[in-house]
Amino acid sequence: MLTVILILVKGIITATLLLAAFGVMTWVERKVLARFQFRPGPNRLGPAGVMQFVADGLKLVFKEEIIPTAADRLVYLMAPFISLTAAIIAFAVIPWGPPIHIFGQTVSMEIGGPNIGILFIFAITSLGVYGLILGGWASSNKYSLLGGLRSTAQIISYELAMGLAVTGVLLAAGSADLNTIIARQYHLWFIVPQILGFIIYVITMVAETNRTPFDLPEAENELVAGYHTEYTGLKWAMYMMAEYINMITVSGLATTLFLGGWHGPWLPPEIWFLIKVAAFMYFFIWLRATLPRLRYDRLMAFGWKVLLPVALLNTLATAVWVAVAR
Amino acid sequence: MAELETTFGQVDPKTGLKPMVINLGPQHPSTHGVLRVRLALDGEQVRACEPIIGYLHTGIEKNCEDLTWNQAITLTDRMDYLSPITNNFGYVLGVEKLLGVEVPKRCQYIRVMFAELSRIASHLVWLGTSAMDMGAMSPFFYTMQQREHILDLIEMSAGARMNPSYFRVGGLLNDLPPGFSEKLRAFLDGFPRWLQEYYALLDRNPIWIERLKGTSPMTAEQALEYGWTGPLLRASGVPRDLRKTNPYSSYEDFDFDVVTETAGDVYARYHVRMREMQESLKIIRQAIDNLPEGEWHVPGWKVYPPDKAEIGRNMEALIYHFKLFTEGIRVPAGEVYSAVEGPKGEIGYFLVSDGSGKPYRVRVRGPSFYNLQALPVLVQDKILADVVAAIGSIDIVLGEVDR
Repeated sequence: MLTVILILVKGIITATLLLAAFGVMTWVERKVLARFQFRPGPNRLGPAGVMQFVADGLKLVFKEEIIPTAADRLVYLMAPFISLTAAIIAFAVIPWGPPIHIFGQTVSMEIGGPNIGILFIFAITSLGVYGLILGGWASSNKYSLLGGLRSTAQIISYELAMGLAVTGVLLAAGSADLNTIIARQYHLWFIVPQILGFIIYVITMVAETNRTPFDLPEAENELVAGYHTEYTGLKWAMYMMAEYINMITVSGLATTLFLGGWHGPWLPPEIWFLIKVAAFMYFFIWLRATLPRLRYDRLMAFGWKVLLPVALLNTLATAVWVAVAR
Repeated sequence: MAELETTFGQVDPKTGLKPMVINLGPQHPSTHGVLRVRLALDGEQVRACEPIIGYLHTGIEKNCEDLTWNQAITLTDRMDYLSPITNNFGYVLGVEKLLGVEVPKRCQYIRVMFAELSRIASHLVWLGTSAMDMGAMSPFFYTMQQREHILDLIEMSAGARMNPSYFRVGGLLNDLPPGFSEKLRAFLDGFPRWLQEYYALLDRNPIWIERLKGTSPMTAEQALEYGWTGPLLRASGVPRDLRKTNPYSSYEDFDFDVVTETAGDVYARYHVRMREMQESLKIIRQAIDNLPEGEWHVPGWKVYPPDKAEIGRNMEALIYHFKLFTEGIRVPAGEVYSAVEGPKGEIGYFLVSDGSGKPYRVRVRGPSFYNLQALPVLVQDKILADVVAAIGSIDIVLGEVDR
């Protein structure tokens, strides 16, 4: 019984924090991006415009819900839920702090800790792309359809390389359990022996979250808004939430796998986790401010012809190294 | 047209499928206004393309016939609204040719200076928007910030930023205001550093080069067949620049190079425009350094109205002033073609006068209109992302295409 309550409490806390982080992140992104571009950014509501995301959220709640007449209603309404749910669930297994002792019990900071944590994350984030494809298809808009198709092609091209990049860490740690992986990095972060894997992971994580320079599914200059062209109000907001929460999840995973998770001197481990994730989030914004978009066919070629072979090589090298070390 | 229709509805013999027909525009983020492009897509590959124009038709040419020669200048501003000064330029040169007058050297130099300033301003907008088309956000803000300085300079002397109507038949609205030359020099000194910044941000970026290089190439023959002019033609290797081939307004006094590239692709067009900005800077610097003293409009009151102070003292001046502003300048009957090198290509005016104070016919050769016609060739069998790149590289302004 206590376990169920604990999981519920943790679930509520994590989901709330994630949604709050999404809100703050939209403000941070607009502010940082503005600094990159000599603009003040939002500065009307609250100190430094920090209440802007509340206003934006309220605006979206009160927007008229428009469903295109030609749309497949059920799928159209379901698609954003799939994306958002998958995004939130994927974060559930990421440990954002060491276990704490409360009521005489050891409580881990992640909601659920299956010993195949990584596989779980990959399974769930792959589900998230269905939201994009179905949403693009169900809108019965040609731009949305093209956006949805692009996201399919992109995820297929990049998920493989991402999986292989992570395999190197799994081999080095000898476990798929995220807590074990963090424990193994107590002396040396995996970014050092797995630098190649880290680089591949960072590239693929940007592709996975459809951010610049891989934001092809929603390339506004080509596809208007891609898969969410026909979405309004809260349903549109759900896609945005899914995108930002996905960013947090992949950043959290990168922290866990390569940067020693919550390990760090002096500061509390939760703060360390936050700092490392924030660094990745800043990296996302930095990329957005700097880079142009890749072309669709070049992106595929890059994924299959460069990233995949390099990731394979990295896996092979790690496997040999692990075998020899034993 | 019938041939095109069959392409749009044609069944692919291999797959047995019809292409997907998609409308890019007239409201679309990257059509730079209200261009509508009808595309037949096979997947993302373009099988047929048809630019449809006319959504911004304002009847400028016809409206000019109801205005006096000087009033019509305000309408020329509104065609290529990113570079209104070069539009004024071709028009006033044409009217002056009909009148048989030549403006003093000082006026010619100031005109050159402003034409080159607005060339830079236009190229900056092109650079920012075409980078935006490629998905790079920030260059847009960096270029707009520099364009702002140019608009400030134009505002300083003409009083308006977007539609200055600074050039008048027989002169200018007014002489350069005090403090102008210092402000201009400050811009000339500061801008080259920014140009390097744009290069650093884009030209050293592999994604940018990959998107542009080899995209939508055009051979010199093709470009000439389509009546291309300006940077597009020069990017295909034809060194045609009216400033060099038919110097007007003392362009022969200035030392500058005609920038050409040979590849003819989007990357070559990008490079031509970038280097043209540097050449323009050179010209402006020479113009401000060697600016002659003296009159800045034609003498006498027949073409250029008398000074306001003179009207209070001189009865004859009052009469001329009244005549010029009610009837307009009497331009001898005849016809003339006058063209200048605008930022987008040759902007030409065919003017017909019946001897009255109003033009009988104003026909404009807008470079964007001719350049845009080649779009189907540029994007044939390319993918959708290249369509956006191609439209961006043409640098159209719909106000000029539709007029």
